[in-house]
Amino acid sequence: MISDRMPAGRRNFDRFFSFLGMVSIGIGILLLIIVIVGAVKDGIHMVSPDFLTRRLSPTRPERTGVLTPMIGSAYIVGLTILLSVPIGIAAAIYLEELTRPSRIREFIQANVSNLAGVPSIIYGILGLALFVRAFQLGQTVIAAALTMSLLVLPTVILVTREALRMVPKAYREGSIALGATPWQTLFGQILPVAFPNIITGIILSASRAIGESAPLMVIGAATYMRKPPNGLFDGFTVLPIQIYYWSSDSRRGFVEVASAAIFVLMVALLALNFFAMFLRGRARRV
Amino acid sequence: MASQTAHPFAKPRSARVWVERGLTAVCFLCALATIFVSAFILYTLIVESADFFRAIPLREFFGSPNWNPLMKDGEYGIRALITGTMMIAVGSAVVGVPVGLMIAIYLSEYARPAVRKIAKPALELLAGIPSVVYGYFGLTVVTPLLKMINPAITTYNAFSGSIVVGIMILPLVASLSEDAIASVPRATREAAYGLGASKAEVSLTVVLKAASSGIIASILLAISRAIGETMAVTLAAGMTPTSNIDFTKAIGTMTAYFVEVSSGDVPRFGPQYTSIFAVGLVMFLLTFGMNLLSRRLVRRIQRFG
Repeated sequence: MISDRMPAGRRNFDRFFSFLGMVSIGIGILLLIIVIVGAVKDGIHMVSPDFLTRRLSPTRPERTGVLTPMIGSAYIVGLTILLSVPIGIAAAIYLEELTRPSRIREFIQANVSNLAGVPSIIYGILGLALFVRAFQLGQTVIAAALTMSLLVLPTVILVTREALRMVPKAYREGSIALGATPWQTLFGQILPVAFPNIITGIILSASRAIGESAPLMVIGAATYMRKPPNGLFDGFTVLPIQIYYWSSDSRRGFVEVASAAIFVLMVALLALNFFAMFLRGRARRV
Repeated sequence: MASQTAHPFAKPRSARVWVERGLTAVCFLCALATIFVSAFILYTLIVESADFFRAIPLREFFGSPNWNPLMKDGEYGIRALITGTMMIAVGSAVVGVPVGLMIAIYLSEYARPAVRKIAKPALELLAGIPSVVYGYFGLTVVTPLLKMINPAITTYNAFSGSIVVGIMILPLVASLSEDAIASVPRATREAAYGLGASKAEVSLTVVLKAASSGIIASILLAISRAIGETMAVTLAAGMTPTSNIDFTKAIGTMTAYFVEVSSGDVPRFGPQYTSIFAVGLVMFLLTFGMNLLSRRLVRRIQRFG
């Protein structure tokens, strides 16, 4: 909309500003590439089927693998989803579908947004005091999973509410007009429509949980494990925590192991993210 | 006259009614559970901190310039930790906010749909990279680059920490500011165009001013994220708390202290153990205050928007 009569100074500034915006977008995309490439370039040559299936070696970087932390991550994230998703979806359904605006609803909603903003490491401190010490679960898989469940619960509630809100009002009104009860409306109309978006949100929460390590660090992940955890009351370690230990290990060769493990972690996360984007794309078409 | 058949609009009285009431009650309890989570967080932080302050006087906590709890005669001056945290908060904002804000303006005022289609998922992916990966990136890519410019920079330094945390908060600033800018009414822009303003002038004066409280909210939220950021900061900036402000040297943030304590055997009793909760309480209040302020600002836009 630059008019021809605009003085050259103003016109040039306008061009410069638009150029600056384009550069910023370029910086954003470039950073994505640089961070990923920079983090995997040192260790990508170490990634092999062997690397995925070997246990940890505390002394020899060329002999170590990521099987133990991968099993730990799978255990903890799987349990976390199992624990937090039913409660989170139920809470979101209550807040969005089953209650009228009221003081209590306002309060719970404000509380959920507050919880979502609490730094993850604070949940670790809570888990340490509550699950590890007070409940005497010790530094175990189940204590870690319970802590992570509290951490992702607000996110699950927020994404589910978002998904429920995207269902057109007419669906509800049509169903109620035909004499359905709120629950019949929910199971018959709303949940089937909202389902893909809820799943997308949960996948994104899970991928957040896979990369999360600070609260698990506070709970007390094992510094070294001879074999993978095999039960709820075993000690644990997860992929990001091993990456942390390997990165700060000053002995020769371990930094490359950290980079190789980052490659494994990023492949898993990117796969989940693309799957979520794919589902969201399909949901939008409905 | 009254017929025996049920009125067609009467509520059905059957097992279904009870099942549905039961389900609703379960859902209510799940929603209520979130309040218990907050209550537990506050209870733990306050009770254990109270224990800590019985052993360590407030005067030392806020007065002493050194933080050295794991030594034999521990020093507990939180100023050293707060200095480190604030250096990262300010440093990362300097790195992340200008670019994030510029991206937000460009995406909402200038970009063609094709650009948005690439930029939005890229920013989402950037936000999804785990903290520990940023830490590794800081330690093995950013710091060596900084050392080439200034050899005096140490392996762990606040500069590198600020840069990686700045990259981490950039997508947050971009997407939240874009939301704020998008909520500025069209008419506001068109009035300015009608007066002959150029696109840059409209963006920089009218739009930015109208969206300012939302933009400030996004910056506050980003800073609160930077304060809670743990693994990236620990790996890039180190864990040696100091009250000196020197970006070329290692620092120690509140979050790095948690990692330091957890890397060894967590002490079970005494001020070494309860210090975790005292620092946690300070961090909780700091981030909670910023989040609250940020939400107030957002609500104000919604009212006027």
